[in-house]
Amino acid sequence: MEHIRKRLAKCEEGIQYLSQIKEGSDWGNLSGLTNRLTGLKTSFYDYSEEHFTDEVSEIEEAVTFLTERCQEDISPMDRVRIVRSPLRFSLKDILENVYEDYTELGGEGEANIDPAMVVAKANILRRVKGRVFTQQVMVIGHEKGHGEEFRNGGSSKPWGNEKALRFMQVAETEGIPIHSYIFTPGAFPVEEYPGAAQQIARNLYAMAKLRVPIVSIISEGGSGGAEAIGLSDFRLMFSHGYYSVISPEGAAAIEGRVGEGVKAPKELVEQCAENLWITAKDNLELGTIDRIVDEPPLGAKHDDFVFFKRLRYEMMRATDEVVLKTKSLRAFRAYEVKLKNAGDDSATLENEVDNDLHIDISWELNVDERKRLVALRYKKYRAMATKAYITDTSRFGDFYKKASFRTAKIYYTVVYDILKRQQKQVEKVIKEVSGEGSSFVKRLTAPFTAAYDFIAHKPGGRGRAYSSNSGRQEAMALEFGDTYLSPLANEDRTVTCPNAVTRGCKDLWVPDLYGEFCGVCEICGHHFPLEYEWYLNNLFDRDSIREFNSKIASGNPLNHPVLRKKLQAVKNETKRKSAMITFQAQVMGVDLVVAMLYSDFRNGTVGAAEGEKFVQACELAKLQRKPLLAYVHTTGGIRIQEGTMGVIQMPKCTMAVRDYVDAGGLYIVVYDNNSYAGPVASFLGCSYYQFAIRSSRIGFAGHRVIRDTTGQDIPPDYHSARNALKRGHIHGIWDRREFRRNLHQALMTMGGRNLYYR
Amino acid sequence: MHEEIDYDQFLNQYRSDPFEYIDVKTSHTGRLRFKAAEGDAVEGITGEWNHIKGTLLYHLERERNVKPVHSMDNGVVASVDRALEGQFVEAGETVMTIRHPLKKKEIIERILRNVLSMFVAPERAKYFFALDLQSRIDKHGQRSISIKPGDEILTMSLMKRDTPVMFQGEPGIIHSVYFSPGETIDQGQPLIGICAEEKLPLIQKIIARVKLEWE
Repeated sequence: MEHIRKRLAKCEEGIQYLSQIKEGSDWGNLSGLTNRLTGLKTSFYDYSEEHFTDEVSEIEEAVTFLTERCQEDISPMDRVRIVRSPLRFSLKDILENVYEDYTELGGEGEANIDPAMVVAKANILRRVKGRVFTQQVMVIGHEKGHGEEFRNGGSSKPWGNEKALRFMQVAETEGIPIHSYIFTPGAFPVEEYPGAAQQIARNLYAMAKLRVPIVSIISEGGSGGAEAIGLSDFRLMFSHGYYSVISPEGAAAIEGRVGEGVKAPKELVEQCAENLWITAKDNLELGTIDRIVDEPPLGAKHDDFVFFKRLRYEMMRATDEVVLKTKSLRAFRAYEVKLKNAGDDSATLENEVDNDLHIDISWELNVDERKRLVALRYKKYRAMATKAYITDTSRFGDFYKKASFRTAKIYYTVVYDILKRQQKQVEKVIKEVSGEGSSFVKRLTAPFTAAYDFIAHKPGGRGRAYSSNSGRQEAMALEFGDTYLSPLANEDRTVTCPNAVTRGCKDLWVPDLYGEFCGVCEICGHHFPLEYEWYLNNLFDRDSIREFNSKIASGNPLNHPVLRKKLQAVKNETKRKSAMITFQAQVMGVDLVVAMLYSDFRNGTVGAAEGEKFVQACELAKLQRKPLLAYVHTTGGIRIQEGTMGVIQMPKCTMAVRDYVDAGGLYIVVYDNNSYAGPVASFLGCSYYQFAIRSSRIGFAGHRVIRDTTGQDIPPDYHSARNALKRGHIHGIWDRREFRRNLHQALMTMGGRNLYYR
Repeated sequence: MHEEIDYDQFLNQYRSDPFEYIDVKTSHTGRLRFKAAEGDAVEGITGEWNHIKGTLLYHLERERNVKPVHSMDNGVVASVDRALEGQFVEAGETVMTIRHPLKKKEIIERILRNVLSMFVAPERAKYFFALDLQSRIDKHGQRSISIKPGDEILTMSLMKRDTPVMFQGEPGIIHSVYFSPGETIDQGQPLIGICAEEKLPLIQKIIARVKLEWE
């Protein structure tokens, strides 16, 4: 009877699983089945074995039938529930079943800096023609832990992501590939050091140039948390997983404007899950993943051993492909041929896969191959989401753009790489010679110099330390309000400073506040928000702004039902086409490239167009050897209606920044007003030099999200610039009135003589 | 008999009117628009960081700047000076009164504040009872320890340096202790409340009565 009891238990598990996925027992008469099962269990010894076997077989058939039916019309939200089921396999199951043996690093179980992030050094076996080879990998991933509360459902804390980064660097030192498994609903939103956003940014920045193959696979890919370990050379996804910019519930709360503590209606959540394009098939179509790993109907569970075998094969195959792409062309072809000969490329889950990959491929890379690996990674991400925005360039325009880019490249290479280098050499020699004979020369020329100065009436004499000082003097003459007055100043009324109670600030007369005071309270220094045009007109030298890529427009890549209308409205209102303005400008005579996110356009959210403009700004700054300033007037994060097309901008833009900085660029970020979420957790937070304007707020998630996810309230000034400074996320707080001077000083100190600092 | 009368008088004022009447005064000049009416229940400032504002009481508009004024304490609006509605008022003018119900704790605190003499922290530091005193407290209980001026009662611990603190003031017994050992206390904060020995039974009676009567 024991085997019948086991079958009965299995049936019960199946019914429970189905009711979890379908959220309730109404679907497919699950409640009827449950009653029948309970009846059988209570009268276990009342019937004969034959009777029981028949009954159990019938229930088994019913469960199988329902599973198939459920799989046929599975909705995106069903997949979300599958992924969140405690019955689903987790990273520990993978470590047990896919890898031969493993040692967990940086803590174990509950005794761990972050039990949601598991790192292990593991061995994977490769059988080639009967012989066995062991290859080492670094396994990094989130552990949801089948309902273990201390795992936080796979929400990694900042220090967990830091741990992941530390062991990625260990893998780099040891030259072994990284397999990263993404099982996270999102990062745990706290700002405590190292800070959720800033740590994800650091991870992305490091992974952009990590010199070992990285293969990632997504089961539950929740936005920033997923990206923290998700930047990779080969991106796989489980067929029942989801990869999304935000949880469907979060999207529903935003779109339905649901108040705090109130649950969004179920239909709206379902609709949002549809609109976000979160399934594996959607993501393959969008090009954010490379391949789908099939799972059994309604997803694999922790005891699907055939599935683990397949997963092992897929991970090895993906790593092989990454490694072979870095090898010479001949080797790659040879691999292709061998794959064809093997004939297991189309192996499905039903036909049990042959683990024998037939060829032994070493995962060790030499110096050139590593370089190629990193270059290929950049190329891969650079090509992502390029069809998700609108450009109106013609074929001729495209050709012209490419041609002019190439010409400029030749020009700047000649100027900077050839002539400048020669010039530097010559300068060095002259400096040496002049140093030797300086006193002699000075003695000789002194009478002539004095005579010249006397005739020319130059009080300070000749010679200046920096040529750019001339720009500084000219710029000092530019007074605030000379060129531009904020339209906010046109109202005849007073406003109260938010610090009036604590600091005793007087009421401020609006024309004074937004005119003479530049929107700053004269008592406590609180900065009232100002429109982005104020900065365009008061920060940069007069008539020095030259905008580029203004025609790249935000689109609606996922055909979101509301976005198109909203975009059109905001485009008409702002007379701009995206939330990012990229331009070349001068600050006190210093040339720089600026990328600016501003609030008027969908709250400065970043989508494919904004990402592309930012990447092109990095490329231009790299080409022209100019410093790059990212001025964030406001950013609300990634534009959720663009789904993973938005999320992918995080690694894409970070890689562009890394490329620029590695080429010797100086990248400065200045935050203003509100800067939150994705952009801070990637291309902004990765900058070595970050500053903030006073009274601004910087962080990963807002108060409400923190309360909802962590269940804890946070102080009202949690995200303030001052706290960001205390946590070491930024390096200074600038007064708006001193912005221009501070920026110039930062460029001079960080950039040095060449302003492009190496 | 004498005790009985005293104690009744003491309690009667709270018994007959267990409220505090808080006058809401304008912080500056401006045109007034009431947003709360008589009899309205109002909430005070709440939240862990006092960050949640209380109920909106009125708007004060000056130079087209409409300033909302919120209640600082909870209670019920007892009276509103309706004649001021829409009028330009001066600073410091009482515009409404809030009847704040006193809690058991608040009443006891008030009574104790009247009766006890407080010994305050001379400096911002950590405080401990003097070893001798502590052992006596452990043995006999704090209310049976009488102290007089010049007694060494506390040890002030500051930057790894311990300084004995001598008692000054009216002699009596230690009625209340407002600090816990090892906790940093700001300067001027009460450390212990001293009560003259003969007053103790009366105080205890009053407190017991308050505890019994108020919920």
